[in-house]
Amino acid sequence: MQTFDLGAEGLRALNSALHALKGQTNMTSWEVVNPKGAHAIAAGVDAPVDITVRGSTGYYCAGMNKQATIRVKGSAGPGVAENMMSGTVIIDGDASQYAGATGRGGLLVIKGNAASRCGISMKGIDIVVHGNIGHMSCFMAQSGHMVVLGDAGDALGDSLYEAKLFVRGSVKSLGADCIEKEMRPEHYEALEDLLRRGEADGKARPEEFRRYGSARKLYTFNIDNASSY
Amino acid sequence: MCGIVGLFLKDPKLEPKLGAMLTDMLITMTDRGPDSAGIAIYGAGDGKRAKITVQSADPDADFRSLDADLKEAIGKPVLMLVKSTHAVLEVPVDQMEAARTALAHLRPQVKVMSAGENIEIFKEVGLPKDVAARFEVSKMGGTHGIGHTRMATESAVTTMGAHPFSTGADQCLVHNGSLSNHNGVRRTLKKAGMTFETENDTEVAAAFISHKLKEGAQLGEAMEATLTDLDGFFTFVVGTKNGFGVVRDPIACKPAVMAETDQYVAFGSEYRALVNLPGIEEARVWEPEPATVYFWER
Repeated sequence: MQTFDLGAEGLRALNSALHALKGQTNMTSWEVVNPKGAHAIAAGVDAPVDITVRGSTGYYCAGMNKQATIRVKGSAGPGVAENMMSGTVIIDGDASQYAGATGRGGLLVIKGNAASRCGISMKGIDIVVHGNIGHMSCFMAQSGHMVVLGDAGDALGDSLYEAKLFVRGSVKSLGADCIEKEMRPEHYEALEDLLRRGEADGKARPEEFRRYGSARKLYTFNIDNASSY
Repeated sequence: MCGIVGLFLKDPKLEPKLGAMLTDMLITMTDRGPDSAGIAIYGAGDGKRAKITVQSADPDADFRSLDADLKEAIGKPVLMLVKSTHAVLEVPVDQMEAARTALAHLRPQVKVMSAGENIEIFKEVGLPKDVAARFEVSKMGGTHGIGHTRMATESAVTTMGAHPFSTGADQCLVHNGSLSNHNGVRRTLKKAGMTFETENDTEVAAAFISHKLKEGAQLGEAMEATLTDLDGFFTFVVGTKNGFGVVRDPIACKPAVMAETDQYVAFGSEYRALVNLPGIEEARVWEPEPATVYFWER
C-alpha cells in the first residue's frame, strides 16, 4: 500500500507518481489522504491499480481514467470521471454536476445523489447512481447505460442518441425526443449485471425499473422536424 | 468565475472567530477570483448606534477630521475607526440618514460601502489575502458574514465593482454568474426610486432584493422573485441584519456547496472553502437545489 498525503506532498507529485505507473506495476494499491476538496485528484491514470481517496474531492477527480479502480470515501465535486475511458470509479457520497460527462467506457458508481447533467454526452460509459440525478442528465447521451435507483430531474435524456436509461423512481420530465420504452429480456439481463457491478444488487431488482431511450426522431436531420431543432 | 463564502453562526462561542474563519475560507477561493475581494461582517448591534462604512481613494485627505466635521453637521457624537482605505463611522441610529446626507456634502468623493446597525463592508482590488490583511478581517467578530472573490466579466475591476454590494440598510448581496437583463431591471428600479453607484449587473440584483424588502416582502419572498425577474446565471448569497440566504438559478451551473452543524451554516463555491471549519467531517454537506430558496434567520 502506497499512502500519499496530499496536504504535505501536493497534487502534482501525486499525479506525477500515478502517471508514472505504466502497464504492470507492483505498486497496485494507493491511498490518498487529506484530499480536502482539491481538484484533479488521480486524473489521467492509465494503469490497473486501486486508488482510495479518504475524503471529498473537488473538480475532475478521476478524469480520463483508464484501467484504474478509484474509490472516493466522501463526495466528489463537478466533473468526476469526466471522459473516463475504462476502469471503475466509485463515489461513496454525492457527486456534483456533470458526473461521468463524455465518458467513453468503464463504470462510474455514485452511492449518493448526482447533481445536474449527470452523464451528459456519455459515449459508452456505464453509470449507476444509488440515489437521484439532477436536471438535464444524459443530455445528448450517445451510448452506454445510466441506471438510477432514485428519481430523475427535469429534461432527462434531452436530444438522446443511443444510450439506454433505466430509472426506478419518478422522472420529473423527459427531454426532447426521449421516450419510455418496453423492458425486454435483454434489458433485464443487462440491468441485473449493472446492478451487481454497481454494488446495488442488494438494493434493487431489475423489474422495478423503467427504460427510457431515444425516439430517434431528432438525431438524424429530417426536414419534417425542422421546428424541433 | 467567482468565489463565494458565507457563514451564519448558531453558536455564540464561535462569534469572536467569525472574521478569522471567513478569512481562511476567502483565501481558499483565490483562484476563483483574484481580481478583487470583499467581505461583509455583521456584528452584534446594540440598537442605539449605526455604522456607516465609507471608502476613499485618498484616505489621508478624506478621513482627516471627518469625525469632527460630521459631528458638527449632525450635532451628535461620531466615532471613527480608519482601516486603510475604509473608515467606519458610528453615529446614533436615528441620525444615520442625516449623517449620510451630511457626508455627501462634506466629502462628495467618498463612497458609502454599507450602512446599518450591524453591517460593515470592506472591499478592494487585489488578492483576497491582501484585502483581508489590509482590513484586519481576521480580528473581527460577528454573527454572520459573506465574502466574495471576483473574476470580473461584466464590468471593470474597480473597488466599486467588487462585491458585496449593499443597496439597503444592513443588506448585502454577492453573486457568481452574470445577468443578461440587468439594464432593463435597473431602469425599472430607477423609476421606482432606487439609486445605483455602478453599471454592474450584481448591483442590480442587490437593489432588486432591497426594493422587494422595502415593499414589505420577507427575505424568502424577495429571493424567490429573483427566479422570475432576473435572467442569467446566478448563485446569490444574501445577508440581512438577522438573516442569510442562498438561491441558484434554474440551470445552476455556478457551483455551490453548503454545510450545516449545530454550530453554523456555511456556504462555499467549492467544498475546499469549507474543509477547515470545525466539525466539518460530521456536518450535513449538500448542494443547494436549483431554483430553490434557502434562508436562515435568527
